[in-house]
Amino acid sequence: MPVVSELNVNGVRHPLHADGDRPLLSVLRDDLGITGTKFGCGEGQCGACTVHVEGVPIRSCLTPVGAIGPQRITTIEGLEKDGRLHPLQQAFLDEGAMQCAYCTSGMIMSGVVLLAKNPDPTDEEIVRFMDGNICRCGVYPRILGAIKRAAKAMGGART
Amino acid sequence: MTKVTSSSVQELYPEQYELFRLPAGRPVRFRRREFLKLLGTGLVVLCVSPRAGAQAESGGGGRRRGGQGRPTNLDAWLKVEPDGTVTFFTGKAEVGQNIRTSLTQAVAEELPAPIGSIRAVMADTDLTPYDMGTFGSRSTPDMGLQLRRVAATAREALLDLAAAHWSVDRASLSAADGKVVHSASGRSVGFGELAAGRQLVRTISAETVLRPATQWRIAGTSVPKVDAREFVTGGHRYASDMALPGMLFGRVLRPPSYGATLDSLDTARAGAMPGVRVVRDGDFVGVVAPSSHEASRAVAAIGATWKTHAQMSESELFRALRGGDGPPDGLVREADGGITLRRTYTMAYIAHVPLEPRAAVAAWKDGKLTVWTGSQRPFGIRDEEMTAAFGLAPERFRVIVPDTGSGYGGKHTGLAAIEAARLSRAVDRPVKMVWSREEEFTWAYLRPAGVIDVASRAGADGRIASWDFHNYNSGNAGIEPPYAIPGPKTQFHRSDSPLPQGSYRSLAAAANHFARESHVDELAGELKLDPLEFRLRNIENPRLRDVAEAGARAFGWGGPRTAGRGRGMAVGVDKGGHVATFAEVAVDAESGRVGAVRVVQAFDCGAVVNPDHLKLQLEGAVVQGLGGALFEAIHFGNGQIVNPHLSAYRVPRFSDAPQVEIVLVDRRDLPSAGAGETGLVGIAPALGNAICDATGVRLRSMPLVPDGMRRPG
Repeated sequence: MPVVSELNVNGVRHPLHADGDRPLLSVLRDDLGITGTKFGCGEGQCGACTVHVEGVPIRSCLTPVGAIGPQRITTIEGLEKDGRLHPLQQAFLDEGAMQCAYCTSGMIMSGVVLLAKNPDPTDEEIVRFMDGNICRCGVYPRILGAIKRAAKAMGGART
Repeated sequence: MTKVTSSSVQELYPEQYELFRLPAGRPVRFRRREFLKLLGTGLVVLCVSPRAGAQAESGGGGRRRGGQGRPTNLDAWLKVEPDGTVTFFTGKAEVGQNIRTSLTQAVAEELPAPIGSIRAVMADTDLTPYDMGTFGSRSTPDMGLQLRRVAATAREALLDLAAAHWSVDRASLSAADGKVVHSASGRSVGFGELAAGRQLVRTISAETVLRPATQWRIAGTSVPKVDAREFVTGGHRYASDMALPGMLFGRVLRPPSYGATLDSLDTARAGAMPGVRVVRDGDFVGVVAPSSHEASRAVAAIGATWKTHAQMSESELFRALRGGDGPPDGLVREADGGITLRRTYTMAYIAHVPLEPRAAVAAWKDGKLTVWTGSQRPFGIRDEEMTAAFGLAPERFRVIVPDTGSGYGGKHTGLAAIEAARLSRAVDRPVKMVWSREEEFTWAYLRPAGVIDVASRAGADGRIASWDFHNYNSGNAGIEPPYAIPGPKTQFHRSDSPLPQGSYRSLAAAANHFARESHVDELAGELKLDPLEFRLRNIENPRLRDVAEAGARAFGWGGPRTAGRGRGMAVGVDKGGHVATFAEVAVDAESGRVGAVRVVQAFDCGAVVNPDHLKLQLEGAVVQGLGGALFEAIHFGNGQIVNPHLSAYRVPRFSDAPQVEIVLVDRRDLPSAGAGETGLVGIAPALGNAICDATGVRLRSMPLVPDGMRRPG
């Protein structure tokens, strides 16, 4: 695969020199120092490495950087706008939805996409959508609560 | 107030040793003079390591430096900066249990000062006092108490300073919110202002009065995780996120099975890859490369052959652990209506699966190593593992533990740190080492598998009359029954484990509770007694009765039931915590799928420091414990783990999580015990008992239903 010489991450164009077959995760973390996105399993099973490419959630540990092209990548570092947290980030704080928090970036990145697609998800819809993200500390009930809280804050929730 | 010179520092100490539970034998880190210089100005609260004196107290061994009664080793526990910032130092590590917050609360409570003015420096062997490790649910009972004493000592010193400052009676002053207040005149002065420009040292005094929990204002409240914002923005740097200029990425060549030795090696292809260097030191073979991916590719390009040897298969495990066949299972009904019951329980090896794998960044400078690593035992890594690996004195290593992506008892060893350090030393550059998930499953260590044989007798009166309990391999923790049984016999038998094993959250308490509480439930069933009623007849411990009754009320035990669902319970006492767990399961008759629907867990660990974080610990323990209870198992054969991937080793996901309700019994009249572990011990037996209630099938092996319930017939 050809060498990748630029990557658009969180609205910034980063010059780089990376083999196109390297996983996006390795390039973000090792080359660009953007470390909010985590390595958990390397096989797309845990969701810790979730980022958005043009708003679509992908597992960056399995995505070759050469497949991205000029598409816009958003990582956890790109959610905060003008010093204001995304409502789901705020909801994680308000619900205390973390222990070691290593899964938190991936959880939030997945949850943001869920809320964009479905502004008022039911518990079952949250569970189904989020089932690819592992929290080994077992904070799932709080994370579910945080997603519902964010839905409300974003005006999507009916109740 | 004491103006300190080096000689007066020394005079203050000898009577203080017994206050601190610090183990003997740590190496000298600083000489007194340079240490005081390092601390600079401001108010510092110190204690001396108990080396000489504490050894006399405990009769323990260990190295001695400095003569009896001549301590040379000072530890700073707390410092008040001129700007009012309070920094405290503790060797404990934050691995998600939220002790950074709860220990901050302890300090804030005793000073008192606002939470936001307090910083914790944790788990840094050059900056924090020695600590044995973050395990055993000891952070709250030991470190919490220690830091309260430290902060109270600082408060008293600040009151002394203010009394001198205003020339007023010390008794007319009070401390509040980071200030000393003289209410008669309405004056107040900040802690920082009092401490500024002085070099003051206080030692911790036995007479320090601590605020009783019944009067807590900051402790005892649900203070949010102190640095939570860093975690929702991706800003926090775990060990695996650390980066240094010129850093390379390391990976190590692993044998194909446990105990395999290197036969031949061909590194030509790997060594020819751009930017790659191969490092060999005996059987240790590793590579460094400019990125983690390139390091993985390089190590995969190494050609190696290994000498292996035949090893045990999984099917032989339980017989091997026990050293033969056990007594046959059996139930005997006696003429007087009593029963004797003999049962065997087994539990598979399970893995911790911390989501952050073992990771380290190592850098050598002027013959001294600094390594950042996710660990629960930074001082152990320095004093035992690093010294052994490199043959250098402990002073040549600094181990720093950034707040870590969980441990669960699995990060007591420093192998990744040693590997990073070896590679770094060989290539003279900083090296990062992050284990793959497969390495994490294979080369760390596991929760021990175990076999437990239980023989008991219960009378028609519903009292347990005899108890004989033998645990093979999994361990001692939580082995004592919390019931009033005459002369119970419990014994732990060590075995040779075919797989590497070690600590896991709650240690063997999870296994011992599974066996005991499953067994007790079966006794109740055979005597046609309600499981709660049967337990209460045999419990004298009032705290355990309280949680059992509180949990039952919240659960609605004995209330209306839903068709197709079963209910089960378990109780336990371990590490100062008292727990009662109630579970409801749904068993799908068609698919055999078993799901935990609802869990209520009542818990008493004395005075609660942070109710919300305690609930979070207990909720998480239920969800994590559910994995080992229902489906987690390491499979192995011939020295290999055969399912070292998350696609082959199932851990609890959103769809497995039940609705969890936590009932806290807050005992402000009792000392705080730890709470990280005991919340995990009740879930497996409660689920097993609930499955039996739903289906009539008694399951005695963990995991209970790795493939769901087989349909009858």
